[in-house]
Amino acid sequence: MLLSEMGNSLPKASADNVSAEAFSSPVAETRKLSVKEMEAIAKRLRRHIISMTGRAGSGHPGGSLSAVEIVTALYFWVLKHKPSDSCWSDRDRFILSKGHAAPLLYATLAECGYFPVDELTSLRRFNTRLQGHTDCLLTPGVEMTAGTLGQGLSFAIGAALAGRLDSRKYRVYVLLGDGECDEGQVWEGAMAAAHFKLDNLVVIVDNNGQQIDGWNREVMNLEPFAKKWQAFGWRVIEVDGHDLAQLTQAFDRAKLVKGQPVAIIAHTIKGKGVSFMENNPDFHGKAPNAEEVEIALKELE
Amino acid sequence: MPGQEVSLRETYGKTLVELGKENSDIVVLDADLSRSTMTCFFAREFPNRFFDCGIAEQNMVGIAAGLAASGKIPFASTFAVFVLGRCFDQIRMSIAQPGFNVKLVATHCGISVGEDGASHQSIEDLSLVGSLPGFTVIVPADAIETAQAVRVAAATRGPFYIRLPRPKLPLVYNEDYRFNLGKAVTMRSGKRATIMAIGTMVTAAVEAANNLAREGIDCRVLNMPTLKPVDEVSVIKAATETGAIVTAEEHLEHGGLGSIIARVVARHRPVPMEMVAIKDTYAQSGKPAELLQRYGLTAKDIEQAVREVIKRKEW
Repeated sequence: MLLSEMGNSLPKASADNVSAEAFSSPVAETRKLSVKEMEAIAKRLRRHIISMTGRAGSGHPGGSLSAVEIVTALYFWVLKHKPSDSCWSDRDRFILSKGHAAPLLYATLAECGYFPVDELTSLRRFNTRLQGHTDCLLTPGVEMTAGTLGQGLSFAIGAALAGRLDSRKYRVYVLLGDGECDEGQVWEGAMAAAHFKLDNLVVIVDNNGQQIDGWNREVMNLEPFAKKWQAFGWRVIEVDGHDLAQLTQAFDRAKLVKGQPVAIIAHTIKGKGVSFMENNPDFHGKAPNAEEVEIALKELE
Repeated sequence: MPGQEVSLRETYGKTLVELGKENSDIVVLDADLSRSTMTCFFAREFPNRFFDCGIAEQNMVGIAAGLAASGKIPFASTFAVFVLGRCFDQIRMSIAQPGFNVKLVATHCGISVGEDGASHQSIEDLSLVGSLPGFTVIVPADAIETAQAVRVAAATRGPFYIRLPRPKLPLVYNEDYRFNLGKAVTMRSGKRATIMAIGTMVTAAVEAANNLAREGIDCRVLNMPTLKPVDEVSVIKAATETGAIVTAEEHLEHGGLGSIIARVVARHRPVPMEMVAIKDTYAQSGKPAELLQRYGLTAKDIEQAVREVIKRKEW
């Protein structure tokens, strides 16, 4: 279903929806910020991603930048979570399947208060809690150890089944890369999630159109992508993955779907927000140098 | 009673049902082989806690990890050749690296699978799973040991791999046997050499020792049900006291019991060793007994290995 087909009955993300309590309590279960506030956070996350990878001298800025709004909407609008208690059993789960977008997740968790923002400078350094790819044993708030692609959806299905068995209300969100969907295991998972009728599970695909060797359509064509998910038994919602209002509405809409899982295909731009990184696969797995960091941060002021 | 042939797989299936009654966190996954792995017993009793993942083993392994991460105790089963052959990366990253509490119970191991042929004969699995940090690896020798090992796995946090064969095996233990995780079991005492065996080869090892005793060669026999972490104390003691070791396993020589024992012996108490194992080759279709004979995995092969190894003893 396209976002345009949706009714207007859903609450719009706006400052009116934000309670004072959500801001003041460090253990707020859901922080619903306004679009404007989330846009400011998104910009901060982009600045963190550039600084972190630049300082580390390696990492994956492109696929981190493309998913900034998706992850912002999740942590500042959708998820029930407690930064002070990352093991809270009723928390909504966010599973980053594309583990190379670790800088984005770390920056988000730090902004939420899972650990100090200062710690972001330790990305990829010896003895850091912020490994090159996510490690759930080391980093508070990281649900899954990831890095080799295609495994997050299966893990999310397990978490969703456990929630259903225990009659818990938590929901499970898993972020996949579009290139990641080359992996056969993703489609094993797609089949199973629909078979198990997991309506507490939402996949978000960061559909930036690129993978390491170039455009998906040239490396390994995924189209018709939305139809594939539909054919596997999923409710599909397509959105502009950089439009926070569309994203929050899509997530709210997903909560209303019963009896089947939801796939939100978020159309994004790899390297979004930094002119020389946008749609440039060179920055999939390459950090900006000092000069590039300076230019990028200027663009993100 | 010892000698009676009992299915390890059936025992596994029945033990899962008992565990399921005792603990509601026990969940079971299979990949379209529940009537062969015998997880079907659990499926019948607890349909809500049983997940058939279809012919999609990688997904099954990932789902098991997700269930474990949310507090469940998943037992995931399929044939050994599929779970390790197809899912090494999934087991490595989704289970071993985070150390999740997943129990992989693989059946139809080794060449005693028989007629299905080389594609279905898992002879590399112990090498693969044994290479993963944090995994506990158990190869039970009979049904009684299987039931207890499965219970110990359920009660012990962390990833486990339990390896079961297709054929029934003669009981080597009485009901009063108690499986101790990480401990070798002395099946027979002796001084001239030690035979260390796992799984299907334990009965052959005992038979070999009995035959050798008639020749005046007095062998110790150790069952090594916990392959990892291996009982180093018993291995070093055997090396020190008997001065020669023969290992016996239904697995490639590379990376299995023999390799593990050799590593301990080389480091702590070098003594001559022989390895009764499959020698860098794939097998073929045939009856289990024909295959075990063709690929050198009988009591006779163990006896010959003992005769060879004691020639190289220094004392």
